[in-house]
Amino acid sequence: MPIADSIDWTAVIADPRFQRLHRRKRAFLWGLMAFSVAYYFALPIGAAYFQDLFRTRVVGVINVGLLFALSEFVVAWGIALYYSRVANREFDALAAEIAADVTRHARPRS
Amino acid sequence: MSAGTPQLAMLATTLAAAPAAHHGVAGDGYRWLTLAVFAAVIVATVVVTYFAAKRVRSPADFYTAGGGISGLQNGWAIAGDYLSAASFLGIAGLISLYGYDGFMYSVGWLVAYVTVLLLIAEPCRNIGKYTLGDILAYRNDPKKTRLVGALSVITVSTFYLTAQMVGAGVLVKALIGIDYEVSVVAVGVLMLGYVLFGGMVATTWVQIIKAVLLVVASIVIVILVWMPYGFSLPAFMADVVGDPKVQAQVAKLLGDPAKAMSAAELGQRFLEPGLYFKAPIDQISLGMALVFGTAGLPHILMRFFTVPTAQAARKSVVWAMAIIGGFYLLTLFLGFGAAKLVGPAEIAAVDPGGNMAGPLLAQFIGGGAESLLGNFMLAFVSAVAFATIVAVVAGLVLAAASAIAHDLWVGVWRAGEDVPAQEQVLAARLATVLVGAVAIAIGIAAKGQNVAVLVALAFAVAASANFPCVLLTLYWKRCNTTGIVAGMIVGTTVAVGLTLVSPNLTYPKTVRVAAHKVLDAEPAKRATLVEALGSGEPLRIAQAAKGTVALDKAVKKARDDLHNVEGRETSFMGLEKPLLELKNPGLFSIPLGFLAVILGSLLGRDKRAERMWDEVYARQNTGMRVSRSASH
Repeated sequence: MPIADSIDWTAVIADPRFQRLHRRKRAFLWGLMAFSVAYYFALPIGAAYFQDLFRTRVVGVINVGLLFALSEFVVAWGIALYYSRVANREFDALAAEIAADVTRHARPRS
Repeated sequence: MSAGTPQLAMLATTLAAAPAAHHGVAGDGYRWLTLAVFAAVIVATVVVTYFAAKRVRSPADFYTAGGGISGLQNGWAIAGDYLSAASFLGIAGLISLYGYDGFMYSVGWLVAYVTVLLLIAEPCRNIGKYTLGDILAYRNDPKKTRLVGALSVITVSTFYLTAQMVGAGVLVKALIGIDYEVSVVAVGVLMLGYVLFGGMVATTWVQIIKAVLLVVASIVIVILVWMPYGFSLPAFMADVVGDPKVQAQVAKLLGDPAKAMSAAELGQRFLEPGLYFKAPIDQISLGMALVFGTAGLPHILMRFFTVPTAQAARKSVVWAMAIIGGFYLLTLFLGFGAAKLVGPAEIAAVDPGGNMAGPLLAQFIGGGAESLLGNFMLAFVSAVAFATIVAVVAGLVLAAASAIAHDLWVGVWRAGEDVPAQEQVLAARLATVLVGAVAIAIGIAAKGQNVAVLVALAFAVAASANFPCVLLTLYWKRCNTTGIVAGMIVGTTVAVGLTLVSPNLTYPKTVRVAAHKVLDAEPAKRATLVEALGSGEPLRIAQAAKGTVALDKAVKKARDDLHNVEGRETSFMGLEKPLLELKNPGLFSIPLGFLAVILGSLLGRDKRAERMWDEVYARQNTGMRVSRSASH
């Protein structure tokens, strides 16, 4: 029998540490996702409905529209780096801790 | 790419109609150079395949390189898988012809990876094994979900593959003047060689090599273009908008309103939105298909099974975003640089879609059409374009073949049996040959067809069917088999159905009206031109001569159009005009796909799927991988 079958997954989910991981990840991931989608669609919407703003020149011939399009790159990269940082520091440690416990407890029973 | 490639299609149709670029962009005297550079690139990839082939023994080696690819390597491979000829040549071309709108178009291709990074990559790594079907089958009825999953993967891959094969034939013909059919067969055979012998190991390395070549070539060109301005963006842009060639292009695009504008205003207009995208709703719909569809592309999903851990999957997406985003920033300079140095009119003369902007810029930077360095740079860029297509096609064929061999053959046909590893590898290889042969056949059969719609369609199906199913089985407890089957069927049929009644198809009546308008106006225009030619003023004569050439072209195109739709009153679907004025179906098909999964799941309640939820959710979050596949 595979070891997995001896793991009580309901107990894993109920573990307070798992619940903490779950709540933290849910708020963090969906929040970032919503921000990313909103920021992205601001570009085509702005280009279509706020053309006067997009035309406004800032530095020489460079206008708001061009800077806003460039900012999309910065924001996408920023989200990626921010997420990686939090995941590397926080989520991974918590997940590893839970996994280590589960496999330690599961092994004797199988 | 694979981008929603109106450009590629335009290229396809114009080349089919009038084989003007008979000998390709490269000068005849330098064809040996082009072929030599091509040979060097091909030899490098074949050597890699030779070594990779020795490492392919098990199904895991064939499908996922044994999970032994590092995060950094996978990041480059994802970029290589994703940056198709359409994004490489197409976006630079769009920028060179339409300025700002072309650059805006590139943004969605990068933002798409935020969705992949936050929601898809790591859970898929933790739950899946070789295919999309594995993820769907985890807590649902394996036979049913593998079947619908595999059908969707095959649908998406076939749409995407067809566009790539047609693009390959057209591009190679335009670049070096090899016949369309020969180009398609060459791309097909080469790709088959990589995948068949080297499996995922060779495919990965071909994608890495291609991505590195693409980035290096772009960086070299951008440095040469930007250096004269001391790497100042405002100085570079000021020179672009001050260029008479660019101003003339804007005047041409705007038509009558341009007459009231000064040269400076015309130039500045090149940096403002609205020269290419006319209907915001189309762009938003396309944006939705990109941002959610990328996360459902089977050949991209598959890449996350090649790394050992969720951390490596995360790292690979971050690297991929750095490379892909960096590349699109470079296309800003490639596109605007080509507009300034080569000129939009010159670029459009070689290819109306602008696809040759990058190669022409390379040739110009190297010293022009008559110089050795110019032709070497052209040859190098062309070889990179070729490698680009082959690498993308290889990834697609591998994804489709794995759906056939792993999901349909092993998972459905021989369900419950213990299929020996050797037989699985054999099945995978046979499926590869089948898919490859079909790709070549479709590529040849689709010569001259409008394939742009197919790339948009691939993204739309991936976003409307694959994405809702994968997302909800990973994140929603109540999701089950009925929901997955409903979502796949509804998402795919709505996306395909809406496209079939969209303005993307040819509507003979509309074509006829437009053509007659051109022909009816011809005599009056001709008379004005003849009068100007006889006026004796050099400036007016020169203008009239240009006008005559343009008029002749327009008249020829109108006649060709009329000939093409002769005897037809309705589109392929029997419609006189589009039912829906929406070019990309995403706006409707994505919400409907989600709705189908949700309603199906609520209606067909499945206790097992809910019991399994704890396991799925715990595993996708912690990466506990004990006996991952033994249970199904």
